[in-house]
Amino acid sequence: MKRRAFILSSLALAGSGRLFAAPSAPARFLLVFLRGGYDAANFLVPTSSSFYYESRPTIAVPRDAALALDADWGLHPALAESLHPLYTKGEAALVPFAGTEDLSRSHFETQDSIELGQPLAARSYASGFMNRLVAALGGGGAISFTNQLPVAFRGEAQVANVALNTVGRSSVDARQSALIAEMYKGTNLGAQVSEGFAARDSVMRDLGDEMVAASRNAVTARGFEVQAKRIARLMHGEYRLGFVDIGGWDTHVGEGGTTGQLATRLEELGRGLGAFAEAMGPAWHETLVVVISEFGRTFRENGNRGTDHGHGTVYWVLGGGVRGGRVTGEQLRVSRDTLFQDRDYPVLNEYRAVLGGLFARLYGLDAAQVARVFPGAPAKDLSLI
Amino acid sequence: MRRDFTLALLLFIGGCATQPQTPASRAPLAPIAWPDDSPALELAVLNRVSWGANRSSYADIARLGTGRWLDAQLRPPQGEVRARLPAEAQAAIDAMTISQRPIAEIAAELEQQRRAFQNAAADDRKAERQAYQESLGRLGREAQTRMLLRALYSPNQLEEQMTWFWMNHFSVFQFKGPLRALVADYEERAVRPQALGRFRELLGATARHPAMLIYLDNARNSAGRINENYARELMELHTLGVDGGYTQSDVEALARILTGWSLDLAGGELSRFYPRRHDFGDKVLLGRTIRGRGAAELDEALDILARHPSTARFVSRKLATFLVADEPPAALVERMAQTFSASDGDIAQVLRTLFVSPEFRASLGGKFKDPQHYALSALRLVLDQRPLPDAQPVIGALARMGEPLYARATPDGYPLTRTDWASPGQLATRFEIARGIAYRVPVRIPMELVASVGDATRETLAKAASPQEWNLLLLSSPEFMQR
Repeated sequence: MKRRAFILSSLALAGSGRLFAAPSAPARFLLVFLRGGYDAANFLVPTSSSFYYESRPTIAVPRDAALALDADWGLHPALAESLHPLYTKGEAALVPFAGTEDLSRSHFETQDSIELGQPLAARSYASGFMNRLVAALGGGGAISFTNQLPVAFRGEAQVANVALNTVGRSSVDARQSALIAEMYKGTNLGAQVSEGFAARDSVMRDLGDEMVAASRNAVTARGFEVQAKRIARLMHGEYRLGFVDIGGWDTHVGEGGTTGQLATRLEELGRGLGAFAEAMGPAWHETLVVVISEFGRTFRENGNRGTDHGHGTVYWVLGGGVRGGRVTGEQLRVSRDTLFQDRDYPVLNEYRAVLGGLFARLYGLDAAQVARVFPGAPAKDLSLI
Repeated sequence: MRRDFTLALLLFIGGCATQPQTPASRAPLAPIAWPDDSPALELAVLNRVSWGANRSSYADIARLGTGRWLDAQLRPPQGEVRARLPAEAQAAIDAMTISQRPIAEIAAELEQQRRAFQNAAADDRKAERQAYQESLGRLGREAQTRMLLRALYSPNQLEEQMTWFWMNHFSVFQFKGPLRALVADYEERAVRPQALGRFRELLGATARHPAMLIYLDNARNSAGRINENYARELMELHTLGVDGGYTQSDVEALARILTGWSLDLAGGELSRFYPRRHDFGDKVLLGRTIRGRGAAELDEALDILARHPSTARFVSRKLATFLVADEPPAALVERMAQTFSASDGDIAQVLRTLFVSPEFRASLGGKFKDPQHYALSALRLVLDQRPLPDAQPVIGALARMGEPLYARATPDGYPLTRTDWASPGQLATRFEIARGIAYRVPVRIPMELVASVGDATRETLAKAASPQEWNLLLLSSPEFMQR
């Protein structure tokens, strides 16, 4: 199992443009995917836009309730004790008008597009961009904290996965595990079976008794905070590239404003990420977390005090070494005439360019390496790290 | 193929009706010729078409021969399932509230309970809230248990698999609103009767059922207060497919057509059309003008969607993904789509085209079991006709493997391919489930009913230190993962 940490760190060392991380501590990257298309316009509130308040008569976050970030933007108050302090410390930045060129407004289509990270016209399910990133970094050290292996992590490079809310002490002992692995030797599932047992063992080693105590009989989803702390413990160890997804953002009905459905989800997410940052300790300074979602939602509220599928969204970029405390990237004044199709936020910061730019800085990847992760999408450097 | 096609064409000319079709009115199917039967082939077909082979189902297919067995699976005996289950399983289902009380009565009672506390403060009326939640929980567990018992014991295994398939295609999430009280009825009246019937009937029944109206928010969709959620998924996931040729303006038009279809939980009808909430303007859907006139617009729109060539392809491909291969051969999908169109969406006809194809035969044994297939096949093998002591551990096992019944949160339903279920973490979990089953069986599970066990597995099985360990290894073997 040492191979992972070793290869990743040696690769990271080779980079020249890398700004974080002492040579002994290669950077860690966690991608957080909000599935369902979270309502970014109520998360990063365009407080200077009267059009925002006209468009959302029942769900807008009032100016005086939002946490002012600058003259134009305010943060949803549910993040007062989590993201806001990180932002104030300069450890979080926000990128509005972010997203993809995919216009299907389909959750599933757009999630897949993003996770594949390829030009829309030539998509292949053979590999996702996180898997290609693993390969570009030399392989190993990658884990998805999900039951299924997400499309982003599919591909040739071996990636572990574990559902942190259902895992518990194994009832299959070491001898039996070896016998099972023996049956799969040489089959097309051989690598997965071995990886599964190895990941199971390292999760048990890293999480130990806390895990077993907390997970007994637990099959329902637990709060993200508990999960986030576990992720931090595992990313302290051999896993340097992580993925987690969180559902529950498809707020077609009764979304709420300052309080309510979306506020609750944001509060939970913020608290989890805050706990993650804290649990990473000194390693937080070499850690990058990016929060994305498949699309934003309609700028205007719908007939049910909710919002429907839209286009542009807001990405979060967090980390101890991030040059944060700002809302960054290409921007437009928020008004009716700048909406995309008179309906949604436009996309000015294409996700592949933005993520490619972050990876280039984080790992010192050159243009050719970035192109292998995101073919056909030159990196855009937002100088966030 | 020629004969199938001609027959299907005749049927099409004969019956374009959109009236609900009872099983009695279904057209006869041409018998399937299956000339070169062999025990190995029978076992392979059984493992694909059923939830898993056991001694009694293997005896059935061996007695009838594959062709006649498939004929019988495509046109199961009409009438209720009840006469065909073992007595213990049927008695368990008969004792359920969902069997004993009409859904309208259950729904009305629960809705009244809910209204009594809905406006109370959060920590007020705790006992009522708890009682309400417990009722929902019990009804949801009954529905899951019923599904498992039928899948384990019904001789009409294709009907059971297709009921699961369509429940997954028209997926709802039981933890939204009062859905746990409604999923049993959704399955029983909207989906199961047409599982081998007409696609158009499935579409109409799911569109009007309160479970779908709640899940995809159409219950809240009304004139001037449009909610696009169901309209979009109806085209993307239920009929045309995401590349099926619709646009955002079609989504908006369909959403307007769907205005006014909402709930009547307290009033005993469950759902109905409310003219006052309907948008009576004309709409243009997929290039066709639908004159605004009320409830009739829905059937007109569903006819267009059900008969669209994109729907024939999309649904055929999904059926073939479930019953043939993760990447089904394009030529087979095309032939199925032709049958789909020519038979006006007769599902049994489409499946017949699938079963007689050389692609089906060539694919046997090549599908990786999703968790539902895995758990059920292990239990069918172990239990055969013996009663399941307790459904709760099975419900728990499915949840732990990531495929709980009626609980896909997103409307796309569970995925059907190997890449979705064979990740390292999922395999490790699956071996835990295997152990849970294996150690409850005190004697060795015979391996004759596991298809083509290879040398590596035999050598490993020989090292088993106990019957239980043998069972663990057999249920964990690569061969047992395939169907």
